Amino acid sequence: MEKILMKGNEALAEAAIRAGCQCFFGYPITPQSELPAYLAREMPKRGGVFLQAESEVAAINMVYGAAGAGARVMTSSSSPGISLKQEGISYLCGAELPCVIVNIMRGGPGLGDIQPAQSDYYQATRGGGHGDYRTIVLAPSSVQELVDLVYDAFDLADLYRNPVMILGDGILGQMMEPVVFKERPKRELPPKDWATTGMKNRKQNVINSLYLDPVKLEEHNWKLYRKYKEIEEKEVRYEMINCDDADYFVVAYGIAARIALSAIEMARERGIKVGLIRPITLWPYPAKAFEEVISRAKAFLTVELSLGQMVDDVKLSVNGRAPVYFYGRPGGMVFTAEEILKEIEKMRGWPDETGI
Amino acid sequence: MKLVFERPKSLQETKTHYCPGCGHGVIHRLVAEVMDELNIREKTIGVAPVGCSVLAYNYFNCDMQQAAHGRAPAVATGIKRVLPENIVFAYQGDGDLAAIGTAEIIHAAARGENITVIFVNNAIYGMTGGQMAPTTLLGQKTETSPYGRNAQSAGYPIRVCEMLSTLDGASYLARAQVTDVKNILRAKSYIKKAFETQINKKGFSLVEILSPCPTNWGMSPSNAIFWVKNEMTKVFPPGIYKDWEEGR
Repeated sequence: MEKILMKGNEALAEAAIRAGCQCFFGYPITPQSELPAYLAREMPKRGGVFLQAESEVAAINMVYGAAGAGARVMTSSSSPGISLKQEGISYLCGAELPCVIVNIMRGGPGLGDIQPAQSDYYQATRGGGHGDYRTIVLAPSSVQELVDLVYDAFDLADLYRNPVMILGDGILGQMMEPVVFKERPKRELPPKDWATTGMKNRKQNVINSLYLDPVKLEEHNWKLYRKYKEIEEKEVRYEMINCDDADYFVVAYGIAARIALSAIEMARERGIKVGLIRPITLWPYPAKAFEEVISRAKAFLTVELSLGQMVDDVKLSVNGRAPVYFYGRPGGMVFTAEEILKEIEKMRGWPDETGI
Repeated sequence: MKLVFERPKSLQETKTHYCPGCGHGVIHRLVAEVMDELNIREKTIGVAPVGCSVLAYNYFNCDMQQAAHGRAPAVATGIKRVLPENIVFAYQGDGDLAAIGTAEIIHAAARGENITVIFVNNAIYGMTGGQMAPTTLLGQKTETSPYGRNAQSAGYPIRVCEMLSTLDGASYLARAQVTDVKNILRAKSYIKKAFETQINKKGFSLVEILSPCPTNWGMSPSNAIFWVKNEMTKVFPPGIYKDWEEGR
């Protein structure tokens, strides 16, 4: 199969079209701008809809309308833009509408910078909008995985009638790597008989998240909860590298995991038995990866391009059974493998009680 | 026996939740009659707003989506872009359209989005209990302008039809009042023309309808009608502001 050298943002856009994305609504922001630019060129040629909205707020609500009308639809943005989309994401979850939301993260808070960061983890996995809801969050660590996960994202969205977020960072969006657009096995997906397409020959369809009767709202939220539980059971994804004989573990996702892997190789050369746990779904979080190693784990080190957000999920997964350490850089600066190696060495030497 | 009056097919049989003297019931019926007459009910998708008419989907007998506060034109845009052969309308109040959703309505109009917007202007926030709206008249007392709206601190009312008429993308803009039979029929003709604008793919259409809110104005229904006719129309003159057929 043909390998093509592509920039992450453009590869993602191409994968979306191939995955059947019919329309895209977005608003420009660095460092994801190549994605809408690519779709602006390609969507009209290939029968799709591209529309640059007046704001992120409008874009996500266009997504809501299009998803409600039964289309495969995507939006993309970067951190400050995703903050603006949170209102719409809460509504999409409440109304159970499928869509794909791409967040190519940059530094924050506020306007931050335009450098790669991973500081939107809380917002992505806890939900920055109001209400008891969850979005499926996929975190690729290479351009190839970015492409592959786009297909999955659309399928998962349709399967569970839920927004799916692809969470990358500025490096992943901007880096060029060879990619193959593989034929993907088709997943069995339910018909969109709930969509508002005009009510000819059937009863009225209503897309809504309003339940004025609190009993009805509670029922609705329990229904959503059962759906989230099903997703937690069936859709957890993670990768474990060099873990079979390891007694120390680095936990990282996305681009941080790539850098951590280099550090792990260096550590192994020095005789430290360390492995990598790389969550691919950030929600549902792969707590079971930790169960596989917890009986022999001496310590865990979480590395993130943030002040420590995923480390909370690591601690919940470890649940006090081993020390958990953290290392991160929060300004849009990217750590080197050598920096992580130092932390691995420290982890081995750290007395347990200083675990954060 | 000859049937001389019945509920439009585009309205569901349901109890009203609107206050006595409220204009929404009449406006719902006008929109439904127009949908019946144009025979578009089965291909129409309506967008319900936030506010008193949030339950519009319980009244209109067509597919409906409920939108976040102010976002109805964006939601309608998303639907219309996916289903360009269907008819899409948004139903919005003044707080929805002229305050929190100002950007969305202006840009939907500027794009010439081929949708129809029914804009109900009663110069007050109804659902939340009678606070000042962007369309509240100077001197008008509301919960949040208890001494009367003062231009110095609260600015001036926004005239939506006039504002949107500067945009090339807007094809049909009109303002009516639901105060008496003549004006109600005129409102209906505007609504019909707005939907015809969309059917003919002529772009963005909006009908603003001045509507009474006796409960939040603290008036009797009849005084409220009187107030729309004599006070609101001074600030918001009824008429056609833009018509794509003019000059043909």
